[in-house]
Amino acid sequence: MLQVDIQIRQPYAANAEAFALQARFELRPGHCLGIMGASGSGKTTLLHTISGLLMPASGTIHSGHQCWFDAERGIQWPPWQRHVGMVFQDGRLFPHLSVLQNLAYGMPSGGRISLEEVIAVLEIGHLARRRPGQLSGGEKQRVAIGRALLSQPVVLLMDEPLSGLDEALKQQVLPYIKKVMTTFGLPTLYVSHVREEVAEIADEMLILAQGQLRQPI
Amino acid sequence: MWTLSPAEWTIVLLSLKVAICCVIVLLLPAMMVAWILARQRFWGQALLDALVHLPMVLPPVVLGYMLLVLLGRKGWIGRWLYEQFHIQLTFHWWGAVIASAVMAFPLMVRAIRQALYQVDPLLEQAAQTLGASPVRVFFTITLPLSYHGLLTGAILAFSRSLGEFGATITFAGNLEGETRTLPLAIYSLTQTPEGDAAALRLVVLSVLVSVLALLGSQWLERRLIRSQR
Repeated sequence: MLQVDIQIRQPYAANAEAFALQARFELRPGHCLGIMGASGSGKTTLLHTISGLLMPASGTIHSGHQCWFDAERGIQWPPWQRHVGMVFQDGRLFPHLSVLQNLAYGMPSGGRISLEEVIAVLEIGHLARRRPGQLSGGEKQRVAIGRALLSQPVVLLMDEPLSGLDEALKQQVLPYIKKVMTTFGLPTLYVSHVREEVAEIADEMLILAQGQLRQPI
Repeated sequence: MWTLSPAEWTIVLLSLKVAICCVIVLLLPAMMVAWILARQRFWGQALLDALVHLPMVLPPVVLGYMLLVLLGRKGWIGRWLYEQFHIQLTFHWWGAVIASAVMAFPLMVRAIRQALYQVDPLLEQAAQTLGASPVRVFFTITLPLSYHGLLTGAILAFSRSLGEFGATITFAGNLEGETRTLPLAIYSLTQTPEGDAAALRLVVLSVLVSVLALLGSQWLERRLIRSQR
Protein backbone atom coordinates (compact mmCIF):
# COMPACT_ATOMS: atom_id res chain seq x y z
CA MET A 1 0.00 0.00 0.00
CA LEU A 2 1.24 3.50 -0.89
CA GLN A 3 0.51 6.13 1.75
CA VAL A 4 1.12 9.75 0.85
CA ASP A 5 0.78 12.69 3.21
CA ILE A 6 2.82 15.60 1.89
CA GLN A 7 2.99 19.34 1.48
CA ILE A 8 4.72 20.63 -1.63
CA ARG A 9 5.96 24.18 -2.14
CA GLN A 10 7.78 25.36 -5.23
CA PRO A 11 10.86 26.97 -3.66
CA TYR A 12 11.83 29.09 -6.66
CA ALA A 13 8.42 30.59 -7.32
CA ALA A 14 8.14 34.32 -6.80
CA ASN A 15 4.96 33.73 -4.79
CA ALA A 16 5.54 30.47 -2.90
CA GLU A 17 1.95 30.28 -1.64
CA ALA A 18 0.58 30.23 -5.17
CA PHE A 19 2.33 26.87 -5.79
CA ALA A 20 1.62 25.20 -2.48
CA LEU A 21 0.02 21.78 -2.68
CA GLN A 22 -1.25 19.45 -0.02
CA ALA A 23 -1.91 15.78 -0.79
CA ARG A 24 -3.10 13.00 1.51
CA PHE A 25 -4.28 9.66 0.16
CA GLU A 26 -3.76 5.91 0.22
CA LEU A 27 -3.36 3.64 -2.75
CA ARG A 28 -4.42 0.08 -2.03
CA PRO A 29 -2.87 -2.97 -3.75
CA GLY A 30 -4.36 -3.61 -7.18
CA HIS A 31 -6.29 -0.36 -7.04
CA CYS A 32 -6.18 2.45 -9.63
CA LEU A 33 -6.57 5.93 -8.20
CA GLY A 34 -7.26 8.67 -10.73
CA ILE A 35 -6.35 12.29 -10.07
CA MET A 36 -8.02 14.86 -12.26
CA GLY A 37 -6.87 18.45 -12.36
CA ALA A 38 -6.52 21.38 -14.72
CA SER A 39 -3.19 22.23 -16.34
CA GLY A 40 -0.83 23.76 -13.78
CA SER A 41 -2.73 22.34 -10.82
CA GLY A 42 0.33 20.33 -9.74
CA LYS A 43 -0.48 16.82 -11.02
CA THR A 44 2.98 16.24 -12.52
CA THR A 45 4.66 17.82 -9.49
CA LEU A 46 2.78 15.37 -7.26
CA LEU A 47 3.91 12.33 -9.30
CA HIS A 48 7.50 13.61 -9.47
CA THR A 49 7.47 14.03 -5.71
CA ILE A 50 6.25 10.46 -5.15
CA SER A 51 8.89 9.11 -7.58
CA GLY A 52 11.65 11.03 -5.76
CA LEU A 53 12.49 13.44 -8.60
CA LEU A 54 11.27 16.33 -6.44
CA MET A 55 11.37 16.78 -2.68
CA PRO A 56 8.26 17.80 -0.75
CA ALA A 57 8.49 20.57 1.83
CA SER A 58 7.15 18.34 4.59
CA GLY A 59 5.23 15.15 5.33
CA THR A 60 5.77 11.44 4.72
CA ILE A 61 5.58 8.89 1.90
CA HIS A 62 5.36 5.20 2.75
CA SER A 63 5.27 2.18 0.49
CA GLY A 64 4.31 -0.88 2.51
CA HIS A 65 6.82 -1.06 5.35
CA GLN A 66 9.30 1.18 3.56
CA CYS A 67 9.55 4.85 4.40
CA TRP A 68 10.54 6.68 1.19
CA PHE A 69 10.29 10.15 2.64
CA ASP A 70 10.00 11.61 6.10
CA ALA A 71 10.85 15.28 6.47
CA GLU A 72 11.11 15.17 10.26
CA ARG A 73 13.40 12.14 10.34
CA GLY A 74 15.43 13.37 7.34
CA ILE A 75 14.63 10.31 5.21
CA GLN A 76 14.72 10.86 1.45
CA TRP A 77 15.13 7.83 -0.80
CA PRO A 78 16.51 8.63 -4.24
CA PRO A 79 14.34 7.77 -7.29
CA TRP A 80 16.46 4.76 -8.31
CA GLN A 81 15.74 3.01 -5.00
CA ARG A 82 11.96 3.52 -4.92
CA HIS A 83 10.93 1.10 -7.69
CA VAL A 84 8.20 3.24 -9.17
CA GLY A 85 7.15 2.66 -12.75
CA MET A 86 6.77 6.13 -14.18
CA VAL A 87 5.05 6.69 -17.53
CA PHE A 88 5.67 10.23 -18.69
CA GLN A 89 3.45 12.43 -20.82
CA ASP A 90 5.95 12.41 -23.70
CA GLY A 91 7.10 8.80 -23.35
CA ARG A 92 10.73 9.80 -22.78
CA LEU A 93 12.12 6.78 -24.61
CA PHE A 94 15.89 6.74 -24.97
CA PRO A 95 16.49 7.75 -28.60
CA HIS A 96 19.83 5.94 -28.98
CA LEU A 97 18.44 2.56 -27.88
CA SER A 98 16.19 0.16 -29.76
CA VAL A 99 12.70 -0.62 -28.46
CA LEU A 100 13.99 -3.88 -27.00
CA GLN A 101 16.88 -2.10 -25.27
CA ASN A 102 14.47 0.52 -23.92
CA LEU A 103 12.23 -2.22 -22.54
CA ALA A 104 15.14 -4.02 -20.91
CA TYR A 105 16.75 -0.86 -19.47
CA GLY A 106 15.28 -1.10 -15.99
CA MET A 107 14.60 -4.84 -16.01
CA PRO A 108 16.27 -6.76 -13.19
CA SER A 109 17.00 -10.46 -13.69
CA GLY A 110 14.28 -12.81 -12.48
CA GLY A 111 11.49 -10.27 -12.09
CA ARG A 112 7.81 -11.16 -11.60
CA ILE A 113 6.76 -9.45 -14.83
CA SER A 114 8.43 -11.03 -17.86
CA LEU A 115 9.51 -9.43 -21.13
CA GLU A 116 7.47 -11.95 -23.16
CA GLU A 117 4.30 -11.20 -21.18
CA VAL A 118 4.68 -7.42 -21.56
CA ILE A 119 5.39 -7.73 -25.28
CA ALA A 120 2.31 -9.93 -25.69
CA VAL A 121 -0.05 -7.70 -23.67
CA LEU A 122 1.05 -4.48 -25.36
CA GLU A 123 1.52 -6.12 -28.79
CA ILE A 124 4.90 -4.50 -29.41
CA GLY A 125 6.92 -7.52 -30.54
CA HIS A 126 7.12 -6.32 -34.13
CA LEU A 127 8.66 -3.01 -32.94
CA ALA A 128 11.52 -4.62 -31.00
CA ARG A 129 14.34 -3.69 -33.39
CA ARG A 130 13.10 -0.19 -34.21
CA ARG A 131 14.40 3.06 -32.72
CA PRO A 132 11.97 5.44 -30.92
CA GLY A 133 12.31 7.88 -33.82
CA GLN A 134 10.67 5.30 -36.08
CA LEU A 135 7.56 4.85 -33.88
CA SER A 136 4.18 6.59 -33.94
CA GLY A 137 2.97 8.45 -30.83
CA GLY A 138 0.74 5.56 -29.76
CA GLU A 139 3.52 2.99 -30.24
CA LYS A 140 5.90 5.14 -28.21
CA GLN A 141 3.46 5.26 -25.28
CA ARG A 142 2.91 1.49 -25.41
CA VAL A 143 6.67 0.94 -25.28
CA ALA A 144 6.98 3.48 -22.43
CA ILE A 145 4.30 1.60 -20.46
CA GLY A 146 6.13 -1.69 -21.13
CA ARG A 147 9.44 -0.21 -20.02
CA ALA A 148 7.89 1.01 -16.76
CA LEU A 149 6.26 -2.40 -16.12
CA LEU A 150 9.50 -4.28 -16.70
CA SER A 151 11.32 -2.30 -14.01
CA GLN A 152 9.15 -4.43 -11.65
CA PRO A 153 7.58 -1.45 -9.90
CA VAL A 154 5.70 -1.54 -6.62
CA VAL A 155 3.48 1.24 -7.97
CA LEU A 156 2.72 2.53 -11.46
CA LEU A 157 2.62 6.32 -11.90
CA MET A 158 1.00 7.46 -15.13
CA ASP A 159 1.38 11.13 -15.97
CA GLU A 160 -1.17 12.00 -18.66
CA PRO A 161 0.01 9.18 -20.95
CA LEU A 162 -2.64 10.01 -23.55
CA SER A 163 -2.43 13.80 -23.58
CA GLY A 164 0.09 14.00 -26.43
CA LEU A 165 -2.03 11.83 -28.74
CA ASP A 166 -4.85 12.75 -31.09
CA GLU A 167 -8.32 11.31 -30.51
CA ALA A 168 -7.86 8.32 -32.83
CA LEU A 169 -4.56 7.32 -31.20
CA LYS A 170 -6.05 7.82 -27.73
CA GLN A 171 -8.75 5.29 -28.57
CA GLN A 172 -6.04 2.90 -29.78
CA VAL A 173 -3.89 3.15 -26.63
CA LEU A 174 -6.68 3.25 -24.01
CA PRO A 175 -7.55 -0.49 -24.29
CA TYR A 176 -3.90 -1.37 -23.74
CA ILE A 177 -3.80 0.66 -20.50
CA LYS A 178 -6.93 -1.14 -19.28
CA LYS A 179 -5.40 -4.48 -20.26
CA VAL A 180 -2.24 -3.65 -18.28
CA MET A 181 -4.36 -2.83 -15.22
CA THR A 182 -6.26 -6.11 -15.32
CA THR A 183 -3.29 -8.32 -16.30
CA PHE A 184 -0.68 -7.09 -13.85
CA GLY A 185 -2.87 -5.68 -11.07
CA LEU A 186 -0.35 -3.09 -9.98
CA PRO A 187 -1.45 -0.22 -7.75
CA THR A 188 -1.66 2.70 -10.15
CA LEU A 189 -1.87 6.44 -9.84
CA TYR A 190 -3.32 7.85 -13.05
CA VAL A 191 -3.39 11.62 -13.56
CA SER A 192 -5.03 13.53 -16.36
CA HIS A 193 -6.87 16.75 -17.05
CA VAL A 194 -9.63 14.85 -18.92
CA ARG A 195 -12.37 13.74 -16.53
CA GLU A 196 -13.84 11.08 -18.87
CA GLU A 197 -10.43 9.47 -19.35
CA VAL A 198 -9.81 9.22 -15.60
CA ALA A 199 -13.35 7.93 -15.01
CA GLU A 200 -12.87 5.21 -17.63
CA ILE A 201 -9.56 3.93 -16.25
CA ALA A 202 -9.56 4.56 -12.51
CA ASP A 203 -11.47 2.74 -9.76
CA GLU A 204 -11.73 5.96 -7.77
CA MET A 205 -11.21 9.62 -8.64
CA LEU A 206 -9.89 12.62 -6.72
CA ILE A 207 -9.90 16.21 -7.93
CA LEU A 208 -6.80 18.38 -7.56
CA ALA A 209 -7.71 22.05 -7.39
CA GLN A 210 -6.40 25.09 -5.49
CA GLY A 211 -3.61 22.97 -4.04
CA GLN A 212 -5.96 20.47 -2.40
CA LEU A 213 -7.12 16.94 -3.22
CA ARG A 214 -10.86 16.42 -2.73
CA GLN A 215 -13.63 14.01 -3.65
CA PRO A 216 -15.52 14.84 -6.86
CA ILE A 217 -18.91 16.44 -6.40
CA MET B 1 59.26 8.43 -53.73
CA TRP B 2 59.30 10.53 -50.57
CA THR B 3 60.59 8.43 -47.67
CA LEU B 4 61.20 9.39 -44.06
CA SER B 5 64.61 9.19 -42.45
CA PRO B 6 64.89 7.28 -39.14
CA ALA B 7 65.20 10.63 -37.30
CA GLU B 8 61.98 11.90 -38.95
CA TRP B 9 60.17 8.67 -38.07
CA THR B 10 61.25 9.12 -34.44
CA ILE B 11 59.85 12.66 -34.39
CA VAL B 12 56.53 11.68 -35.99
CA LEU B 13 56.01 8.61 -33.80
CA LEU B 14 56.91 10.55 -30.65
CA SER B 15 54.45 13.33 -31.60
CA LEU B 16 51.67 10.79 -32.20
CA LYS B 17 52.49 8.95 -28.96
CA VAL B 18 52.36 12.19 -26.95
CA ALA B 19 49.11 13.32 -28.63
CA ILE B 20 47.35 9.97 -28.17
CA CYS B 21 48.43 9.72 -24.52
CA CYS B 22 47.32 13.33 -24.00
CA VAL B 23 43.80 12.45 -25.20
CA ILE B 24 43.66 9.28 -23.06
CA VAL B 25 44.89 11.11 -19.95
CA LEU B 26 42.32 13.89 -20.43
CA LEU B 27 39.19 11.81 -21.15
CA LEU B 28 38.08 11.01 -17.61
CA PRO B 29 38.96 14.30 -15.84
CA ALA B 30 37.54 16.37 -18.71
CA MET B 31 34.28 14.37 -18.65
CA MET B 32 33.99 14.78 -14.89
CA VAL B 33 34.67 18.52 -14.87
CA ALA B 34 32.39 19.11 -17.88
CA TRP B 35 29.58 17.20 -16.16
CA ILE B 36 30.06 19.14 -12.92
CA LEU B 37 30.00 22.48 -14.77
CA ALA B 38 27.01 21.52 -16.94
CA ARG B 39 24.80 19.74 -14.43
CA GLN B 40 25.63 20.98 -10.93
CA ARG B 41 25.01 24.32 -9.24
CA PHE B 42 27.34 25.13 -6.34
CA TRP B 43 29.17 27.93 -4.62
CA GLY B 44 32.51 28.65 -6.35
CA GLN B 45 31.34 27.35 -9.73
CA ALA B 46 32.43 30.55 -11.50
CA LEU B 47 35.88 30.19 -9.94
CA LEU B 48 36.22 26.56 -11.11
CA ASP B 49 35.04 27.62 -14.57
CA ALA B 50 37.68 30.37 -14.68
CA LEU B 51 40.43 28.00 -13.48
CA VAL B 52 39.52 25.43 -16.16
CA HIS B 53 39.76 28.08 -18.86
CA LEU B 54 42.99 29.64 -17.56
CA PRO B 55 45.27 27.73 -19.99
CA MET B 56 43.39 29.32 -22.90
CA VAL B 57 44.35 32.84 -21.87
CA LEU B 58 47.73 32.34 -20.21
CA PRO B 59 50.85 32.34 -22.41
CA PRO B 60 51.98 28.69 -22.84
CA VAL B 61 55.45 29.55 -21.54
CA VAL B 62 53.93 30.85 -18.29
CA LEU B 63 52.03 27.59 -17.92
CA GLY B 64 55.18 25.60 -18.68
CA TYR B 65 57.00 27.52 -15.98
CA MET B 66 54.17 26.89 -13.49
CA LEU B 67 54.41 23.17 -14.29
CA LEU B 68 58.16 23.35 -13.69
CA VAL B 69 57.61 24.96 -10.28
CA LEU B 70 55.06 22.28 -9.39
CA LEU B 71 56.30 19.12 -11.09
CA GLY B 72 59.98 19.83 -11.83
CA ARG B 73 62.54 17.67 -10.03
CA LYS B 74 62.91 20.40 -7.41
CA GLY B 75 59.27 21.44 -7.58
CA TRP B 76 56.68 21.13 -4.82
CA ILE B 77 55.15 17.89 -6.08
CA GLY B 78 57.98 16.85 -8.42
CA ARG B 79 60.51 16.54 -5.57
CA TRP B 80 58.16 14.20 -3.69
CA LEU B 81 57.51 12.15 -6.84
CA TYR B 82 61.24 11.75 -7.40
CA GLU B 83 62.12 10.95 -3.79
CA GLN B 84 59.27 8.47 -3.31
CA PHE B 85 58.96 6.78 -6.71
CA HIS B 86 62.01 7.99 -8.73
CA ILE B 87 59.60 9.59 -11.21
CA GLN B 88 61.02 12.51 -13.14
CA LEU B 89 58.70 14.29 -15.56
CA THR B 90 61.08 16.92 -16.94
CA PHE B 91 63.14 15.77 -19.96
CA HIS B 92 60.80 12.79 -20.25
CA TRP B 93 58.08 12.25 -22.87
CA TRP B 94 55.49 12.01 -20.08
CA GLY B 95 56.37 15.64 -19.30
CA ALA B 96 55.41 16.52 -22.88
CA VAL B 97 52.13 14.64 -22.40
CA ILE B 98 51.36 16.60 -19.22
CA ALA B 99 52.27 19.94 -20.80
CA SER B 100 50.01 19.37 -23.80
CA ALA B 101 47.25 17.87 -21.62
CA VAL B 102 47.15 21.01 -19.49
CA MET B 103 46.95 23.17 -22.64
CA ALA B 104 44.23 21.00 -24.21
CA PHE B 105 42.14 20.53 -21.06
CA PRO B 106 39.85 23.58 -21.51
CA LEU B 107 39.21 22.72 -25.17
CA MET B 108 38.06 19.24 -24.27
CA VAL B 109 35.96 20.40 -21.30
CA ARG B 110 34.23 23.05 -23.45
CA ALA B 111 33.37 20.58 -26.21
CA ILE B 112 31.97 17.96 -23.82
CA ARG B 113 30.11 20.58 -21.79
CA GLN B 114 28.38 21.97 -24.88
CA ALA B 115 27.32 18.44 -25.86
CA LEU B 116 26.01 17.77 -22.34
CA TYR B 117 23.78 20.84 -22.62
CA GLN B 118 22.15 19.17 -25.64
CA VAL B 119 21.21 16.04 -23.63
CA ASP B 120 17.65 16.32 -22.30
CA PRO B 121 17.83 16.08 -18.47
CA LEU B 122 14.31 14.62 -18.58
CA LEU B 123 15.74 11.45 -20.16
CA GLU B 124 18.18 11.18 -17.26
CA GLN B 125 15.25 11.55 -14.85
CA ALA B 126 13.36 8.80 -16.69
CA ALA B 127 16.39 6.50 -16.33
CA GLN B 128 16.55 7.23 -12.60
CA THR B 129 12.91 6.19 -12.13
CA LEU B 130 13.81 2.90 -13.86
CA GLY B 131 16.28 2.16 -11.08
CA ALA B 132 19.49 3.50 -12.65
CA SER B 133 22.00 5.11 -10.29
CA PRO B 134 23.59 8.43 -11.38
CA VAL B 135 26.76 6.61 -12.51
CA ARG B 136 24.74 4.20 -14.67
CA VAL B 137 22.68 7.08 -16.04
CA PHE B 138 25.90 8.88 -17.01
CA PHE B 139 27.44 5.93 -18.84
CA THR B 140 24.25 4.59 -20.49
CA ILE B 141 22.30 7.76 -21.28
CA THR B 142 24.34 10.95 -20.91
CA LEU B 143 27.58 9.76 -22.47
CA PRO B 144 26.13 7.96 -25.54
CA LEU B 145 23.91 10.97 -26.26
CA SER B 146 26.83 13.39 -26.04
CA TYR B 147 29.45 11.25 -27.82
CA HIS B 148 29.91 13.86 -30.56
CA GLY B 149 31.13 16.33 -27.92
CA LEU B 150 33.56 13.75 -26.63
CA LEU B 151 34.79 13.09 -30.15
CA THR B 152 35.13 16.81 -30.90
CA GLY B 153 36.97 17.28 -27.61
CA ALA B 154 39.31 14.39 -28.40
CA ILE B 155 40.09 15.82 -31.86
CA LEU B 156 40.72 19.28 -30.43
CA ALA B 157 42.97 17.86 -27.70
CA PHE B 158 44.85 15.70 -30.21
CA SER B 159 45.39 18.66 -32.56
CA ARG B 160 46.38 20.97 -29.70
CA SER B 161 48.90 18.39 -28.52
CA LEU B 162 50.38 17.98 -32.02
CA GLY B 163 50.90 21.74 -32.22
CA GLU B 164 51.94 22.35 -28.61
CA PHE B 165 55.25 24.20 -28.29
CA GLY B 166 55.64 26.78 -25.50
CA ALA B 167 54.62 24.77 -22.43
CA THR B 168 56.40 21.63 -23.68
CA ILE B 169 59.77 23.29 -24.35
CA THR B 170 59.63 25.13 -20.99
CA PHE B 171 58.58 22.14 -18.89
CA ALA B 172 59.70 18.98 -20.68
CA GLY B 173 62.67 20.45 -22.57
CA ASN B 174 63.78 19.88 -26.17
CA LEU B 175 65.50 16.51 -25.94
CA GLU B 176 65.99 14.61 -29.19
CA GLY B 177 64.11 11.30 -29.20
CA GLU B 178 62.49 12.03 -25.85
CA THR B 179 60.55 15.32 -25.90
CA ARG B 180 61.35 16.76 -29.35
CA THR B 181 57.93 16.62 -31.02
CA LEU B 182 57.20 18.03 -34.50
CA PRO B 183 56.91 21.74 -33.55
CA LEU B 184 60.03 21.56 -31.38
CA ALA B 185 61.96 19.75 -34.13
CA ILE B 186 60.92 22.40 -36.70
CA TYR B 187 61.99 25.15 -34.31
CA SER B 188 65.36 23.42 -33.68
CA LEU B 189 66.00 23.06 -37.42
CA THR B 190 65.19 26.73 -38.08
CA GLN B 191 67.86 27.58 -35.52
CA THR B 192 70.41 25.36 -37.33
CA PRO B 193 72.46 26.66 -40.27
CA GLU B 194 71.17 25.05 -43.52
CA GLY B 195 68.33 23.39 -41.66
CA ASP B 196 65.62 25.10 -43.74
CA ALA B 197 65.07 22.20 -46.18
CA ALA B 198 64.72 19.67 -43.35
CA ALA B 199 62.40 22.06 -41.50
CA LEU B 200 60.23 22.35 -44.63
CA ARG B 201 59.98 18.54 -44.86
CA LEU B 202 58.74 18.46 -41.25
CA VAL B 203 56.25 21.25 -41.97
CA VAL B 204 54.81 19.20 -44.85
CA LEU B 205 54.78 16.16 -42.56
CA SER B 206 52.90 18.12 -39.87
CA VAL B 207 50.24 19.13 -42.38
CA LEU B 208 49.93 15.52 -43.57
CA VAL B 209 49.60 14.11 -40.05
CA SER B 210 46.97 16.73 -39.14
CA VAL B 211 44.93 16.14 -42.30
CA LEU B 212 45.06 12.37 -41.77
CA ALA B 213 43.97 12.79 -38.15
CA LEU B 214 41.02 14.98 -39.22
CA LEU B 215 39.97 12.53 -41.95
CA GLY B 216 40.21 9.68 -39.45
CA SER B 217 38.03 11.49 -36.94
CA GLN B 218 35.43 12.30 -39.62
CA TRP B 219 35.34 8.62 -40.59
CA LEU B 220 34.90 7.64 -36.93
CA GLU B 221 32.10 10.18 -36.46
CA ARG B 222 30.25 8.88 -39.53
CA ARG B 223 30.52 5.33 -38.19
CA LEU B 224 29.18 6.39 -34.79
CA ILE B 225 26.25 8.26 -36.33
CA ARG B 226 25.42 5.21 -38.48
CA SER B 227 25.58 2.87 -35.46
CA GLN B 228 23.10 5.07 -33.52
CA ARG B 229 20.47 5.14 -36.30
